[in-house]
Amino acid sequence: MSDVAKKATQSEDSNKVMAFVRREIGRVTAIASLVVIFAFFTIMRPVFASWANVSGGILMSTTVIGLLAIGVTFVIITGGIDLSVGTMMALVAVITGKTVMAMNLNVWQGILFGMVVGTILGAVNGILITVLRLPPFIATLATMKGAQGLALIVSDLKPILFTTDVKGWDAIAQGNIIPNFPNAVFILLLAAVVASIILNKTVLGRYTFAIGSNTEATKLSGVKVDRWLVAIYALCGLFVGLAAVVMTSRLGSAQPDLGLGYELEAIAAVIIGGTSLLGGKGTISGTIIGALIMSVLINGLRILELQQEWQYVVVGIVILLAVYGDNVRRRRAGESTH
Amino acid sequence: MASKQLLALSGVSKEFPGVKALNNVSFDLNEGEVHAIVGENGAGKSTLMKILSGIYKKDSGEITYKGKSVSIPNPFEAQKLGISIIHQELNLMPHLTVAENIFIGREDVFPGGVFLASKKQTEAATKLLAELELNLNPNDIVGELTIAKQQMVEIAKAVSYRGSVIIMDEPTSSLTPAETEALFKIIGTLKAAGKGVVYISHRLEELEKITDRISVLRDGEYVKTLKTTETDIPEVISLMVGRKVAQDQRPENRNIGAEIVLRVEGLSDLKLLKDISFELRKGEILGFAGLMGAGRTELARAIMGADPKSAGKVYLHGKEVKIKQPSDAVAAGIGYLSEDRKRYGLLLIQDITFNIILSSIPRFSNKFGFLKVKSAAGIARDSIAQLRVRTPSERQFLKNLSGGNQQKVVIAKWLTRDCDVLIFDEPTRGIDVGAKDEIYRLLTKLAEDGKSIIMISSELPEVLRLSDRIAVMCDGRLTGIIDNKDANQNIIMELATKFSGNAISAN
Repeated sequence: MSDVAKKATQSEDSNKVMAFVRREIGRVTAIASLVVIFAFFTIMRPVFASWANVSGGILMSTTVIGLLAIGVTFVIITGGIDLSVGTMMALVAVITGKTVMAMNLNVWQGILFGMVVGTILGAVNGILITVLRLPPFIATLATMKGAQGLALIVSDLKPILFTTDVKGWDAIAQGNIIPNFPNAVFILLLAAVVASIILNKTVLGRYTFAIGSNTEATKLSGVKVDRWLVAIYALCGLFVGLAAVVMTSRLGSAQPDLGLGYELEAIAAVIIGGTSLLGGKGTISGTIIGALIMSVLINGLRILELQQEWQYVVVGIVILLAVYGDNVRRRRAGESTH
Repeated sequence: MASKQLLALSGVSKEFPGVKALNNVSFDLNEGEVHAIVGENGAGKSTLMKILSGIYKKDSGEITYKGKSVSIPNPFEAQKLGISIIHQELNLMPHLTVAENIFIGREDVFPGGVFLASKKQTEAATKLLAELELNLNPNDIVGELTIAKQQMVEIAKAVSYRGSVIIMDEPTSSLTPAETEALFKIIGTLKAAGKGVVYISHRLEELEKITDRISVLRDGEYVKTLKTTETDIPEVISLMVGRKVAQDQRPENRNIGAEIVLRVEGLSDLKLLKDISFELRKGEILGFAGLMGAGRTELARAIMGADPKSAGKVYLHGKEVKIKQPSDAVAAGIGYLSEDRKRYGLLLIQDITFNIILSSIPRFSNKFGFLKVKSAAGIARDSIAQLRVRTPSERQFLKNLSGGNQQKVVIAKWLTRDCDVLIFDEPTRGIDVGAKDEIYRLLTKLAEDGKSIIMISSELPEVLRLSDRIAVMCDGRLTGIIDNKDANQNIIMELATKFSGNAISAN
């Protein structure tokens, strides 16, 4: 190979690396921040990095928010939003608890049932948005309040203690198929991989990006946008159902009033992970990193014995920094910003 | 004219990832001069304008303004220097008045800075409008004005900064001939006041009327600057494209099939369209001419099911098809290429492959719903080669392509879908002469390959050049369908202005 040609391939290679970094800069910075935050707490309190804290503290507390955030990622990439995932999760939990008890379902039937209920509730959101032409913010605000009330009504305002009656329900989250590795974390990772494949390799994922990039153009290209939107909100609901199952297993009961507020944490994780609220862009891995950043922060601040109220303030600042950093990056790239 | 130099650029370059947008470009502008910049799409005109108005930063080169070397880091700084730009897409607030739009961000306030001094502002606007001889009421709501009048508001706004340089990007692209004349008069007023105007247009015949000099760019390179009085359109075009382009052509006699592919019967909508019927044969190009607002785009959207119909039937290959939404039309084999590519045609933030397969995704997936990534990339590369899309690769994002190349991607999308009927709505809008020629050849070839084409166009030479038959619309009605050999511009204009009695009194 001549020198000139060699030089050309070399610069081509470095161009490729640069292009990769430029394309993935959002995730690269997210991972870097996660590492920096983790290192900071480890230096401050070495116990932070112990496996007991990492698995039982950080990872375990990421699972429910992480699952919700995976579902919400799909919705946000379409340019929509789902405010109902938190209270929907509580509703799925109590419906599942009641049904499992009434029908004597086994653990597998119970898991499946929870996911089906979640999917149906998600589809309801999708139908409200497409058939009634409600903006996603309004539709899911309404279902958020509706689900909050229904969860209390169905449960008669009381926690439903059903988990001890079902053999193996506790093990959904707490067990260890892999030694020293909580099942809930395993479920989250599995869900992330499956979601990532759906988002990047399937028709549904492709339409998720298309709708978020330009709904009108997608419609005029002959895509049945309404139908796909219902499917996408239903898919979000499926992850909500899974989150509900994991939640009940962790708590040992279905708590009708536990869910409100989770939706905002899930949305925050998605945004920290680099998914654009404008739609058309986003990754599952980013969302998982975003959820991890939040739970690492909360856990670390707790270990530093920072008061709860200050923990909230720090999380707020991190969200600001994440979105601001994203905007700066976009502006440099000449893209539109939020 | 012995006049002072206002603005000079020398050796300006700008590179984007994978694209050299400007390479060592020079340009200058004198007081009281209209200097046009022309070039094909992707030649670098927009990039140059964006550098001048502070939207992009140049990589290298020098900008001199009134004899001093300056840097223009942002649009605010450009405005402070006295460089205003009027974008092709107008940037006005539709719900505010003319005066409010002109002085947006610089409102007159009462001492204390809280309450608006609306009356004083209105007076200032009145004075400014009179100075420019613009026939506008400062209290009119901008959204209720015609596009032409909105453009006048933009001009007034630009002048109100008391700057010396005004950049106009395709100012006549949505104006009628009469409105264009009015704009030229305003430009004359600006010239007389010693302002310098940078004028960008694809309509070369306009340049002879109003410009003093013409600079040609090609592929990001500076080609030549000509005195308008010493050149003519063919010379400009040949400099732009590097070859001669034939004008005023008619289609060769094509073999048009006997089969009627599309039949529309008695189509009306709720607002504009009234009882429209026509037929389209296999391999035929049916041109749709008419004035702005005649209802041609509305007709296309109604056929596509993008807007509701109140009456009428659509037959494909002799069978009636129920079209309630665009997916029905596409499934039946009708594709629509909107006049507004960015809004209705493209996923700008996605790559070429994604855009090309968008309407045929089921074909590029297996029965489990997984995408066949390799075959999608393959068809994208084939399309890029076939349509000669200028891009480094099929993974380039659409927002990084020029208008002509974006249009080719939209065409590729529908070719991939393999529709029988293609509706092109203003296929060459915002596209330069050379790329236009390519699009014309493409349309002709599609018809020869047996596609049936509806081509909506506001440019009569284009309609006459391509259409086998020409349908003319006026005020929501079809006023005539004529064979190309019987048609000329006069006949078409006559049909295009054939308002019914009611419509005339309503106007």
